[in-house]
Amino acid sequence: MAKVKLSEKKLAELKEVCKFFNNEKGELINVLHRAQGIFGYLPAELQEVIAKELNISVAQVYGVVTFYSFFTMTPKGEHPISICLGTACYVRGSEKVLEEVKRTLKIQVGDTTPDGKFSLSCLRCVGACGLAPVMMVGDKVYGRVAPDGVKDIIAEYNN
Amino acid sequence: MEMVTLTIDGKHVEVEKDTTILKAAKTVGIDIPTLCYFELKDMNIENRPGGCRVCVVEVKGRRNLAPACTTTVTPGMEVNTHSIRVLNARRTVLELILSDHPAECLTCAKSGNCELQSLAQQLGVRDIPFQGAQSTYRKDTSPAIIRDVDKCIMCRRCEMMCNEVQTVGALSAVNRGFMAVVAPAFEMNLEKSPCTYCGQCVSVCPTGALTEVDHSRNVINSLADPTKTVVVQTAPAVRAALGEEFGLEPGTLVTGKMVAALRRLGFDYVFDTDFAADLTIMEEGSELLDRLTRYLKGDKKVKLPILTSCCPGWVNFFEHNFPEMLDIPSTAKSPQQMFGPIAKEYFGKKLGIDRKNMVVVSIMPCIAKKYECQREEFKVDGDPDVNFSLSTRELAHLIKQANIDFNALPEEDFDNPLGESTGAAVIFGNTGGVIEAACRTAYELYTGKKLKNVEFKELRGMENIRHATIDFDGLPINIGIAHGLGNARKLLEDIRDGKSHFHAIEIMACPGGCIGGGGQPYHHGNSEILKKRAAAIYREDAGKPIRKSHENPFIIELYKEFLEKPLGEKSHHLLHTHYFDKSAGIFVDE
Repeated sequence: MAKVKLSEKKLAELKEVCKFFNNEKGELINVLHRAQGIFGYLPAELQEVIAKELNISVAQVYGVVTFYSFFTMTPKGEHPISICLGTACYVRGSEKVLEEVKRTLKIQVGDTTPDGKFSLSCLRCVGACGLAPVMMVGDKVYGRVAPDGVKDIIAEYNN
Repeated sequence: MEMVTLTIDGKHVEVEKDTTILKAAKTVGIDIPTLCYFELKDMNIENRPGGCRVCVVEVKGRRNLAPACTTTVTPGMEVNTHSIRVLNARRTVLELILSDHPAECLTCAKSGNCELQSLAQQLGVRDIPFQGAQSTYRKDTSPAIIRDVDKCIMCRRCEMMCNEVQTVGALSAVNRGFMAVVAPAFEMNLEKSPCTYCGQCVSVCPTGALTEVDHSRNVINSLADPTKTVVVQTAPAVRAALGEEFGLEPGTLVTGKMVAALRRLGFDYVFDTDFAADLTIMEEGSELLDRLTRYLKGDKKVKLPILTSCCPGWVNFFEHNFPEMLDIPSTAKSPQQMFGPIAKEYFGKKLGIDRKNMVVVSIMPCIAKKYECQREEFKVDGDPDVNFSLSTRELAHLIKQANIDFNALPEEDFDNPLGESTGAAVIFGNTGGVIEAACRTAYELYTGKKLKNVEFKELRGMENIRHATIDFDGLPINIGIAHGLGNARKLLEDIRDGKSHFHAIEIMACPGGCIGGGGQPYHHGNSEILKKRAAAIYREDAGKPIRKSHENPFIIELYKEFLEKPLGEKSHHLLHTHYFDKSAGIFVDE
């Protein structure tokens, strides 16, 4: 694990958040939620700061971070990709789309490409079941995605 | 208190409201099997995550089975603890746990003491019908504790001990589902975590997932080496617990048999850590008096309270958690580490033995002692003052391996000069004992008067945090005592916040003190065993002809012949140490 330098400005913002929750250990999940909003992810260094603020052990913070799939310790890419694995998308073959994205980017779910451009996650339903299978890049929704269309979508962002 | 009546297995039971079915059943002699559940009664230590489901029982009118450890009784409840449905469910639960557990009983360090193994015996499991993937994880070896989490059953007892009781925070359950393990933050090795090696996780682990690093092989090799003089020292608490490993009633003192066994194992000199404990009192007690008299003369630079420093788990704890207070604990080394240099630099030199040819082995109720003896500052040109530290359990194994009939051994005496000790030294094994021993000596040195009664009963007991004021002939000395690191933390925070009114504080990392150490025979949550060991220690003290450290004739001789005076130059060099800030950089790889 390489050492991450946390921005002072964001740290100050985080400490405000902790203060807002009265530095209560019971508010750990809320604090983590906000922290991920501020930093985009929850690196080890950040977890140590949160542990100190809430007066709990880093191991316990890490325990909660690794329990919930929402929390991530890897920074999201410039273009976060999400594949819907909800029922409608799944039966229309979104798993094959996911496999294709994994193969094209050479990363696993939860990972980010080494150049920091793309990250990959899965989600359950974006409310566009009529367009199944659905894939998102950033805020843009792509519908009726076929595995062989994945390459073109990624190419749009690869300039 | 509101009472509730119910029936368990047809027996009429009346218990207080909010009692669990498990405890209610116990009152009528029904032992419902448990696995994750753990309790040290009267010591405020309980683990009941309700996770393993081994304790399920049938409650009339309830659709599903109820976990007895977390379900509280209700009026008129009808509980069946051994219906066919219960027995089947219990066995299935166990078989599922076993399907993800390596079948390594033959070579497992915990075999014979494993609660999972005994449960499989009790429930008559003869095969494991569920075959599937097993979760695997790397083995992690630290200087004192081995984590083999393939054997972990996620009972969370260690997590409870580490976080709630000790407030060390080294271990937590991480990840989810099949990938879940108990691990330090960021799944680093234990060595990089704030672990103090107190070993309380080891002492409550039901399986072989957490065990001590075994040094008995190194000791056997040293004993077999004709060029080595092998010297052994035994800690006070060992003699009050070793007998349990040989079927003796808890609280049986086996000092004489232990000495005889060590002699038969081939140790050249069988000495006593108690001798070094007397020495510790001379140094630490003098330090207390020195700080106190300077304080009373108005010296504002003096740091009070003085904290005891005998316990290596405690030393690790304040190095990790209170780095701004490293100048408050006594600089006196622990008895184990005082014994080392005295054996090698005084006794060895007297006999003309080079320190490289002397092996010092310690028998300790402790796991942190294994780490302590490896600390760099306790070595001379790479040669450790104490070479190997074995736990009480490891000594019992050695005796069994060597085919020694322990119970038939005669009672023998320690060798001299480093085997002579006083009653003050033996009580080091109990919470409150070190400070009581220090008071016996400090009182007489300060007042110049003889104590009428050497027993300071107000310093004894099992309450988590205790305080007492001892009258030093008109000078009231305020004393604080804590056992268990979570309790120690409270006293430390008070000092940091300027709220402490104590002159001296004794801290031991383990509940009950060394008698409840991580290296002692497994108590399996029976706190009566700890109380019996504590009583045995006080019995040993009461039976000693000399009960004050400064009256130990060999200690007097040691100062006359070698050390000159407490806190003198030689003492400073051999018997005192300093502490390190270990608070930073616990998780980032360089």
